[in-house]
Amino acid sequence: MSAEPAGYGPTHELLTLNIGPHHPATHGVLRLIATLEGEVVRDIKPIIGYVHTGIEKTAEDKSYWKVIPVVERMDYLSYYFNAMAFCGAVETLLELEVPPRAQYLRVIHLELNRIMSHLVWLGTSALDLGAMSMFWYCFREREQILDLFEMSSGQRMHTRYIQVGGVIEDIPRGFANRLEKFLNVMPTRADQYADLLEKNEILLARLRGTCPLDEQTLLSLGVTGPLLRAAGNPWDLRKAAPYSSYDHFDFKIPVGTVGDNYDRFRVRHAELYESTKIIRQALDGLPEGPYITTDRKVALPPRHELATSMEALIHHFKLVTEGFRVPAGEVYYPIESPRGELGCFVRSDGSAKPARVHMRDPSFVNLQATAPMVRDSYIADLIATLAMIDPVLGGVDR
Amino acid sequence: MPDATGLELIAQELRDTDPGSVIGTLMFRGQATIEVDPAHVRTALKHLGGKGYTFLASLHGCDYYPDEPRLGVHYVMLDMKEVDRVTVKARVRVAEPRIPSVVDMFPGADYPEREAYDMFGVEFEGHPDLRRILMPEDYEGFPQRRDFPLGGEPVLFTYNEEQSYGRYQ
Amino acid sequence: MEVNREPLAGQRLTGGAPLPFGSGPAPIDFRSRQLLARDMLRGELEGEALDRYVEQSVMTTTLDRAVAWARGNSFFPLTFGLACCAIEMMTIVAARVDIARFGFEAFRASPRQADLLILSGRVSMKMAPVVRRIYDQMLEPKFAISMGACCSSMGVFNNYALVPSDKFMPIDVHVPGCPPRPEALAHGILRLREKVQGTSKDGWRERYDAIGTEEVLRAGAGGISSDSHGAGGPSSGSHDATPPGSHGATPPGSQETGGTPPGSHGATTSGSDGAAQNGRKQGDRGGA
Repeated sequence: MSAEPAGYGPTHELLTLNIGPHHPATHGVLRLIATLEGEVVRDIKPIIGYVHTGIEKTAEDKSYWKVIPVVERMDYLSYYFNAMAFCGAVETLLELEVPPRAQYLRVIHLELNRIMSHLVWLGTSALDLGAMSMFWYCFREREQILDLFEMSSGQRMHTRYIQVGGVIEDIPRGFANRLEKFLNVMPTRADQYADLLEKNEILLARLRGTCPLDEQTLLSLGVTGPLLRAAGNPWDLRKAAPYSSYDHFDFKIPVGTVGDNYDRFRVRHAELYESTKIIRQALDGLPEGPYITTDRKVALPPRHELATSMEALIHHFKLVTEGFRVPAGEVYYPIESPRGELGCFVRSDGSAKPARVHMRDPSFVNLQATAPMVRDSYIADLIATLAMIDPVLGGVDR
Repeated sequence: MPDATGLELIAQELRDTDPGSVIGTLMFRGQATIEVDPAHVRTALKHLGGKGYTFLASLHGCDYYPDEPRLGVHYVMLDMKEVDRVTVKARVRVAEPRIPSVVDMFPGADYPEREAYDMFGVEFEGHPDLRRILMPEDYEGFPQRRDFPLGGEPVLFTYNEEQSYGRYQ
Repeated sequence: MEVNREPLAGQRLTGGAPLPFGSGPAPIDFRSRQLLARDMLRGELEGEALDRYVEQSVMTTTLDRAVAWARGNSFFPLTFGLACCAIEMMTIVAARVDIARFGFEAFRASPRQADLLILSGRVSMKMAPVVRRIYDQMLEPKFAISMGACCSSMGVFNNYALVPSDKFMPIDVHVPGCPPRPEALAHGILRLREKVQGTSKDGWRERYDAIGTEEVLRAGAGGISSDSHGAGGPSSGSHDATPPGSHGATPPGSQETGGTPPGSHGATTSGSDGAAQNGRKQGDRGGA
């Protein structure tokens, strides 16, 4: 809700307050310079760069295979998506076919990552707003998902599971059962989160009607993802420009009406159900076949072949030492990450190392919407809005 | 993506409305790129906006070292109704790295332009607040240019232990 | 079906006959303890029985050790998450790996109220002065854990944008990993607790009796020098009461030694608290 400064004239003093970069309520190291008039925010200037790691420059120094773990660490809550965008771009450059089983496995892991990212968002946002117990419940589900990731790739975070041409390994025995158990439990849990939060007066008062922004302004700011969908625009790249077999699955896109914080909250919460649906369909329809492309010039040959085939040995050697070469050109590959459109621009100059890797990170662009959103609202609304925008500073600063 | 003929039509119309703007077109892996002269970027984007490409999906820089002109700025325009993308590319030289800013047309270009300035040194004329965004404000040098060194600390082995940064006590 | 029931007051140390008070180790069955306590309250315990009772209920120790024990069991970590490691740091607060078991769940937002800084994530050039400032704002005694590869060394990203945390602040425990598992971070925190309480072990060096084979980094001195037993021995013995992070009253770090080139640190500090520092260096290598 906005406050009309009735009775205050232009002589009222504005206070400049520095919030961050170390602050319990920011999602990462975000520094905000807030111009306050009493408790009302008149202007806000985000200052970023506090976790800038020069990932894009580091990526220029490594062969394509080795870029994947580096690039994964950008938006550190949606690491599968970072890897997917990069691998998708390289596969487009190489004109490489990804086998259907690999596509379905990618979809399973991407949607699991989406659920995990939304769970962390829900837990930390509820923590910011004061509903502390949500944190423990959400992280309980997150642990189940991380167990699944650990089963398929050996790592909890930054798994480098998605490789150029497919995935690094097939899912082990028992993964399907465990995933099935998780999928049975997840919708109930999401219902429980709704029960815990939906009827809470304080939460409703803090989220309903606070900091709305209309669709046109969001579009001009370049905002995508749940923020745009909360304002009423059903733009989702999984439906609009399907990649990696997303068109095989039947799912809905949750869309809001008003575009305030409550709609953003509901949209992300509803996406938990939709992602569960997608994973179930992908798991049921998982096709047989190779889990990575059979093109030996790009993907490592299976180990047992190295003992018998000379070419396999040579391919292995070339791939591990120099890496595969990618034809020269530039490509922009966009996917739908939990925060919006994540695009990867790769420029290749024909060698084994990329000449330019750039991630169009959704949080970087979405953060520009903070200022229009929180103008003329209270500091508490500022905190709630930041929570609902869900910026991940790793992606913002790269 | 518009197919090759669609791209050529757009480029032709752009040449007609604003002669001297289009340097070339490229259709690569199904993605369309129009290369324009840096001074004509705004008219190109306006023209594309008229054709439906109203959403600026990405604005990023690229260093084409050693090809000249070195610094490229890419504008990825998206048509949400037709689900089409067109990239507008403009290349500037390091000696005069000026290009008109599009922040008034697309407020969402604010941070990406600042990032292109910070990382490559491309100066956007008309940007309200062009300062460094990711590096500290008083940093010298443009890190993502290809001739900027990667930096970092040397990996420590026993033989070069003395070069280590030591430990703060 | 046979049911074997043991008498309720069954488990005694000496197994069998009831313990006469005043001899042997403490009775561990509840009834005997209850009788002892009743006699104590009535004032009926005399002489040797009283001595034994006091001995069994009271711990004597030095004040330093007691204080170190209390400090080690009640770290107040600072909510300081930088990047990906922050998510795993949040996970140790969550239910599966629960550091509330050890008493560390009270994450404070203000550095004035916190004493453990868990640097979780990559420290960029812009952030380093901020981290230093926050570390300076913390009150003594304070400890720092460098979590993850990025702040311990440069990690995955060895480039222009990052600063290894060792360059600008003293770190007690480095936890490797990218990101370290929550169990690994909990292990690191427990190693820090051991260091603070004075019970830290040298790790594998102790097990294989290899104390004294460490290569300690010395600036200026050419090449490697291995520490002989001058400062050797289990590092815990030499500085058990001093929490390692506090450097005594005047932490050299927070004075204007920022201007000293990092390579000469060895010269400035090996003079001051010599043995403790060297012992601490050994402890650091053995720790985490």
